[in-house]
Amino acid sequence: MMWSWIPGNWSLIWHLTWENAKLGVLPALYGLVLSLPLGVIAARWRWFYPPVLTVINILYAVPSLALFIALIPAFGLTDTTVIIALTVFSLCVILPNVVAGLRAVPAPVRQAATAMGYGQLRRLVTVELPLAVPLIIAGLRVGVVSGISLASVGQLIGVSSLGYLFIDGLQRSFPTEIYVGLVLVIALALVCDLILVAVRRVLTPWTAGPRESRRARAGRLVKVAG
Amino acid sequence: MSFFNWAWDWVTTDANWHGEDSIPQQVLAHLGYSALPLLIAAVIAIPVGAAIGHRGGKAAVAVSNIANAWRSIPTLGLLTLLAVFLGFSPLTWLLPLVVLAIPPILANTAEGVAGVDPGVRDAAAGVGMTTWQQVARVEVPIAMPLILVGLRTSAIFVVATATIAAYIGLGGLGRFIIDGLDSNQYGPVAGGALLVVVLAVIVLALFAGLTWLLTPAGLRKQAKTE
Repeated sequence: MMWSWIPGNWSLIWHLTWENAKLGVLPALYGLVLSLPLGVIAARWRWFYPPVLTVINILYAVPSLALFIALIPAFGLTDTTVIIALTVFSLCVILPNVVAGLRAVPAPVRQAATAMGYGQLRRLVTVELPLAVPLIIAGLRVGVVSGISLASVGQLIGVSSLGYLFIDGLQRSFPTEIYVGLVLVIALALVCDLILVAVRRVLTPWTAGPRESRRARAGRLVKVAG
Repeated sequence: MSFFNWAWDWVTTDANWHGEDSIPQQVLAHLGYSALPLLIAAVIAIPVGAAIGHRGGKAAVAVSNIANAWRSIPTLGLLTLLAVFLGFSPLTWLLPLVVLAIPPILANTAEGVAGVDPGVRDAAAGVGMTTWQQVARVEVPIAMPLILVGLRTSAIFVVATATIAAYIGLGGLGRFIIDGLDSNQYGPVAGGALLVVVLAVIVLALFAGLTWLLTPAGLRKQAKTE
């Protein structure tokens, strides 16, 4: 480990980290934007989902490198190629969670909203989607974390990301560079993951609830038993 | 020319099917390089996952978070780091692929075993089964569909990522892609990518069959009537 390498290459490291963040986070957000309408359709019209799920399973099996390559003739060796490919992957992990989240909304809740005079759209936006948020964010977390990690593979087709530090480090037999890349990719992914956990807490304050102490729980159980 | 034209032309060129490093040889090599890490990961992750799921409680909840964080480890980074220190040894390509394959198997096994109906657990204990028998003969078989989903995800990750391992000298289908990229020949790059996709889809189909075979007959009937 050669610590002095880090300050000397500060601007390169910063640039690559920013590129990697962009290549990892944007596709997850695009994937979310595409998943929401598709998920709503799939949750409502059940016949729509099984074929979609099959397509998703197959798409998810496509290696990222292969998908990058398939997109090269159309988009060249650019950010766009990597972003489109990773958007496909994030769609594959987010969409099933949107569908599961919407389907898990209890029927009585839905009926209560209808009984209160909510139209379909209002019920969807103010009742069903909020209740599906925990599952949707769980999918988004997988999408962001694996996106940031996969973005580094884009370096193999020449799209710059923290993967540059891996390739360059290998070619120069210089492990410091690889350590820095590894730590930054993992740190970037974990920071984004924590942000999403925080977003979920803010969006679904009801899931936190007051923590029940062990004593209170024991007391409640005794009461129920008695 | 589009991706498929390139890929098709290359795959249907007779010369690519014969001799040293031909398509059939690399397909077999790719399968071998994928099967070994998957097997090692399964041998580690299924018992550990089953133990965590059997105990239940906080550990079972934490395991999905850990599995998600684990995904952030970039395979390319781990691969290049090991290559710098060990050169091209079996450990260099095995370890990153095992690391990649563990989280889906671990998380799904833990989740599946933790989700076994408590009544079934009680019954198993009631007929005098030891803890070991309960886990091995009741809980794991019931969790088998979920465990297989985890294995399938891992298998697809490994088949896809073994391609990247060609960058540090591993054989298999990645050779066509990496060598093609190096020599600016899009034919083998596209053809290699197409073959990996075909292989991944075959793995998917294989697991569909395996799921049917390994799901206990009783559960299979239940699934049909539900």
